Amino acid sequence: MDIKNAIGEQRPSYSGHNPAWAALLSVVPGLGQLYNRRWIKGVLLLVFGLSLIYTLSVPLFNGIVGLIGLGDDPELDDSRTLLVQGILSVILTVILLGLYALNLNDAYRDAKKRQAGVRTPSVRQAFHDSWEHGFPYFVVIPNFIMMALIVIFPLLFMISLAFTNYNLYNSPPAHLLDWVGFANFKALFTEAVWSKSLLSVLAWTVVWTLVATTLQITLAFFLAVLINDSRVRFKKLIRTVFILPWAVPSFMTVLVFAAMFNDNFGAINRDIFSHFGVMIPWLSDPLWARIAIIGIQVWLGFPYVFTLITGVLQSISKDWYEAADVDGGSRWKKFRYITMPHVLYATAPLLIMQYSQNFNNFNLIYLFNKGGPPVSGQNSGATDILISWVYSLTFNENNYKMAAAISIIMGIVVAAFAFYQFRRTRSFREEDMY
Amino acid sequence: MKASKRSALEVSGIYLVVLIMFAVILYPLVWAFSMSLNPGTSLFALKLIPDNWSLEHYRWLFTNPRSDYALWYKNTLIVAFANGIASVCLVTILAYAFSRFRFVGRKNSIYTFLLLQMFPVLMGMVAIYLLLNTVNLLDTFTGLILIYVFGGLPMNVFLVKGYLDTIPRDLDESAKMDGAGYMTIFFRILIPLAKPIVAVVALFTFMAPFFDFLTPRIIIRSPEKFTLALGLYNFINDKFANNFTIFAAGTILIALPIATVFLLLQRYLISGLADGATKG
Repeated sequence: MDIKNAIGEQRPSYSGHNPAWAALLSVVPGLGQLYNRRWIKGVLLLVFGLSLIYTLSVPLFNGIVGLIGLGDDPELDDSRTLLVQGILSVILTVILLGLYALNLNDAYRDAKKRQAGVRTPSVRQAFHDSWEHGFPYFVVIPNFIMMALIVIFPLLFMISLAFTNYNLYNSPPAHLLDWVGFANFKALFTEAVWSKSLLSVLAWTVVWTLVATTLQITLAFFLAVLINDSRVRFKKLIRTVFILPWAVPSFMTVLVFAAMFNDNFGAINRDIFSHFGVMIPWLSDPLWARIAIIGIQVWLGFPYVFTLITGVLQSISKDWYEAADVDGGSRWKKFRYITMPHVLYATAPLLIMQYSQNFNNFNLIYLFNKGGPPVSGQNSGATDILISWVYSLTFNENNYKMAAAISIIMGIVVAAFAFYQFRRTRSFREEDMY
Repeated sequence: MKASKRSALEVSGIYLVVLIMFAVILYPLVWAFSMSLNPGTSLFALKLIPDNWSLEHYRWLFTNPRSDYALWYKNTLIVAFANGIASVCLVTILAYAFSRFRFVGRKNSIYTFLLLQMFPVLMGMVAIYLLLNTVNLLDTFTGLILIYVFGGLPMNVFLVKGYLDTIPRDLDESAKMDGAGYMTIFFRILIPLAKPIVAVVALFTFMAPFFDFLTPRIIIRSPEKFTLALGLYNFINDKFANNFTIFAAGTILIALPIATVFLLLQRYLISGLADGATKG
């Protein structure tokens, strides 16, 4: 009652007005709104909804049918086009169904309000309200549609390719694609070449991610603590030089490293190791190639972490250390119980991001040695990680179905990692504090 | 006396470590730089300190009719500016919506963004190729820019949202009391306060086309539309050893401006990055 008085409510309530009826009527978009006597909204929705249904239902239906069958006649149908159109139809259908549900909900809620006797807002008022409440939707929805096209659609496409027989020998437009269920996954785990490759790539991806990232973090931490020592001078110069590997485009430095590590004419062998009478096969021996790649990543990756940690070190209050001095704490104890917790607490999310970046560090692997050297009995190279293997399967061997199947495995790893991230990101725990 | 001796020893140890690191960091950079100044093109005969310096490779890049370097530079700048501007506009307004409004589906949208930023764009390249093909955007800058902008959107929105969350809401509440609309609050209050992170996003999105050879490699076909990274990659991929000196010269000309900007802005970048990620 209070609220009604406050907004100057004068109309009687329509207790006979039935929300369920309104929702039921708006099965045809707009009718429910008309029943609620929201004339303009009702007519607009009616015209808009019916014309959408009229124009889109046939193409959407055809698109989904095409997705199911993937074409009958190789002369007429290109399975890839059908796949693209089919997936887009599914996305569009889901969006339209969502809007449709909003329409039902809207009719129901308006009817509820009317039943309770809340005054129907004027069109102008409604327009104002929709700007007021709808602002985030105006911003988010168009962007989401574009994202659906450019980010989500390709992922769905990749997922569906994994269940087809699309490869170099069976590729449109000469051939039609078929759905093959889990055959590709079965091959991946049972056929010797694939399972051996998958296993070695997976193992190396894990080792690479853990070792390279941990090394770069450890080195950065160590250096940051050393340079932060109050007795060290020229701090600014030292820090500037230490940032250089980050500041120079990695695309360039990796290719420079590829030249330097070259087995025959590379500077590393010629200028350094030749003095000791050894020539190390950096690019052709699996073990040495892996060592070289980890070394390069540490070189490339430590400056970012170094800068982060330096920032945190400078913000730790001196009082902590003075208190520790009073208590006679050793240097190690001060590091272990003051420095470490501070730094790790402040930078943990970014350090975890470093791991996920290295997991997907395509540029370094591919530019350095294209995933090579080759290994006999496998169709992946010795330094291939999942993402570079997927790339070479896709673009060099055109083996789309297997590339897609491997991508899905990668996706599962990424999603599991993402899930773990969600649970510990503070912005989610504190979400509703403001 | 003993303590000071020990201290001196420690400090010299630290300097020794620093010196080793300097050597390791500078060796490849100096090497690349000296390659670019080496006359001759064969890697086999090159020395770290050339007998006679020459700028012939730099001259070649800009004057030789077979070199498209200036064209690549121009293309990259077009893509970089478009990407930087479009990204900053979309990212800030989206981050504003996510940070300041409570609406249906907000939480789920944020989860979607978080999840999507984990997937590398590379995973969907085949589909992107086919999609751009069907809408006739293959081999165009528009297609390339679209992929850059929306591919990087989730991650950047996240950075900015995290930063905006650290700005007290009382500020916009009081502005609202004074009758400011959403856009006024956004442009007059939040954007000026969020400058560090906006700078980070602007710089990163501007630089992405300089670093990335993969996306243009899939989207761009005609040589006159190559970006720098793609052009140089193809250039060196043909004859690795023989073109290396020219390649080195070409990359030095990219690395110098970028490294300079980076070093000038480093404090700014770090504060923007660290605040957004740790407090958000």
